[in-house]
Amino acid sequence: MAQGTPDRYWSRTSTLMWIMLVLWFFFSFGVHFFVNDLNKFTMFGFPVGFYMAAQGSLIAFVVMLFLFASRQDTIDREEGVAEDN
Amino acid sequence: MATQTSGSGGFLNNLGKIYGLYTGGFFGFVLLLAVAEQMGLPKKFIGYGFVFLTIAVYALIGVLSRTMDSGEYYVAGRTVPAFYNGMATGSDWMSAASFIGMAGSLYLQGYDGLAFVLGWTGGYVLVAILIAPFLRKFGAYTVPDFFSERYGGGLARFLAVIVLIVCSFTYVVAQIRGTGLIAQQFLDMPYNVAVYVGLGGILLCSMLGGMKAVTWTQVAQYIVLIIAYLTPVVILSAKKFGLPIPQFTYGQAISQIGALEQNMLQQGLADAKTLKLHAVPFQIRDPLNYFLLILCLMVGTASLPHILMRYFTTPSVREARKSVAWSLFFIFLLYFTAPAYAAFAKLEVYSLINSKVPIAELQNKAAWLFTYGKYGLVKVCGANADALQSIIAACGKIANHPGILRHQDLVLHPDSIVLSTPEIAGLPYVIVGLVAAGGLAAALSTADGLLLAIANALSHDVYYKMIAPNSPTSTRLIIARVLLLVVAVIAAWCATWFPPDILILVSWAFSLAAAGIFPALVLGVWWKGATSAGAVVGMAAGFLVTGFYMVATHWYKFPLWFGISNLAAGTFGLIVGFATIFAISLVTPKPSQAVRDMIDATRRPRGAPIMQDKGAAVAH
Repeated sequence: MAQGTPDRYWSRTSTLMWIMLVLWFFFSFGVHFFVNDLNKFTMFGFPVGFYMAAQGSLIAFVVMLFLFASRQDTIDREEGVAEDN
Repeated sequence: MATQTSGSGGFLNNLGKIYGLYTGGFFGFVLLLAVAEQMGLPKKFIGYGFVFLTIAVYALIGVLSRTMDSGEYYVAGRTVPAFYNGMATGSDWMSAASFIGMAGSLYLQGYDGLAFVLGWTGGYVLVAILIAPFLRKFGAYTVPDFFSERYGGGLARFLAVIVLIVCSFTYVVAQIRGTGLIAQQFLDMPYNVAVYVGLGGILLCSMLGGMKAVTWTQVAQYIVLIIAYLTPVVILSAKKFGLPIPQFTYGQAISQIGALEQNMLQQGLADAKTLKLHAVPFQIRDPLNYFLLILCLMVGTASLPHILMRYFTTPSVREARKSVAWSLFFIFLLYFTAPAYAAFAKLEVYSLINSKVPIAELQNKAAWLFTYGKYGLVKVCGANADALQSIIAACGKIANHPGILRHQDLVLHPDSIVLSTPEIAGLPYVIVGLVAAGGLAAALSTADGLLLAIANALSHDVYYKMIAPNSPTSTRLIIARVLLLVVAVIAAWCATWFPPDILILVSWAFSLAAAGIFPALVLGVWWKGATSAGAVVGMAAGFLVTGFYMVATHWYKFPLWFGISNLAAGTFGLIVGFATIFAISLVTPKPSQAVRDMIDATRRPRGAPIMQDKGAAVAH
């Protein structure tokens, strides 16, 4: 068992978790706090505040999860805790 | 279709080919029915064709996937690749409420309805970063397995089972109800009979093969439901805006809706008190309730056992993470289309109202109102739009009614939006049948996942782990199937007399799951200091507070706390749950070194799972 680096592995994993959680908070709540201001702008017919809740944040969530999966995998490999195959 | 394969190795190596053929076959079937319709096949048979053929295919997959191996029955042998597990999760997740009801809620609620779109997607971020990979490493069969191992014992397992059953059961009743409603409309059956027909379809998929069968039928169901959801709105978008990408073109619809809204108000065609402007936020929910509803739906997503258990089926921790990303992608395809449905339907309806159509001419100008009025989904002047005479009479009774259709005269049930879009777009009946098949796939797949979660909790956690730990695998698997049947019949029986609104039932299930499961689950992985006593009391407290608030405010006129509606009741449970676990864990003895080592092993992807698949726990 890779007993040498579990602390560093977990601290890198935790850091990534917190970064993702901040992004999650921003796209779930933060950006929508300003919906009324954003709605003053229009893009392809969409008021921008509406667009963010209907599509923008959703696209961000999907992209975030693919990035997360690949980033965490890199951390696993670098710290020697990745599964074989 | 999975018909040509013998061993599961051959099947797993040829997934792309098999599901590619299946998708092609489904398109061919739709085309065949389209041609038959042009040649004069009655509508009724098109409906039968869609409902019975799709159910037959799901049942066939279910029968071919039968198994007597407990690893296959409970976790599909842990062989499901990330991409396919994503599709299966997509249909497991998207229920009758998502497929039929969500676009309608967006139609009625405009911006405020987007809380559901955000809440039901963003939760997957929490699943991926906080929970799924660790549960996969843990190697459990059920979510309560984790609670029992981490928090040492039967009490934590028992509480998790209670929460699981309460929230999954509420949810499954709503699904069976949805199945019944669709079967009723497209097969012209009495609702109570239709519910049991739908139930037959559900059981055929899951009885013999457990999770393995449910996985492969859910993939097939996802393909049907996404084709069915996208087709009508893509055609409509191409017809109206010359571009078959509805998610893009509905921006134009939104700006036209804005202009029509102003026009209706100026011309006295709408009442400023009842007209909710589509893109303007916080007309139905204040910001506090809007954001707390999003929070509860997200955290609930990350706590629903029938979703979490899907990530037990991947071959590795790495695949589990990728699989969450794929799940969200497949869910996203439907959820970012739903607002387009709502906008197109609204544009159609508002254009109709702005054309100042006399009530007496509605039959010619908008025949679809009457198609769905027959089922009670469309009301004009307070009367079901089942016949022209009855609505003329109803409008005549309203004082000073101008005789033309006004905004406040027309009430659409949320379920009518997706179902009526093909007809609004002037598409042939075969597309209506396609939409029905999609709705059915959505309801069946979710019901399968939920029933399996409940039955597995009863057979694995209650019977095997708590009552008869020495029972042989064959007995356990028979018990599992008997319980599946019993739970399904009870749920169907409830669905025949359960009146309330589906969306409320579903939102409650999310709040209950969030309050009862989330704090103990997340802290179990991320905080070594969380103790058994803290978790047990925290789960019970969070669950009870949320449950109490729902019941008290909904039925007993209990005053709202801070003006927070009971749709977001999970908020209180979450706060109480986290606070209780923290407080009690700080004053009770720290978890033992064995437990702390187990948490370390859970966090590292490499190495053997904590619980071995043959059922014997090895960690202690």
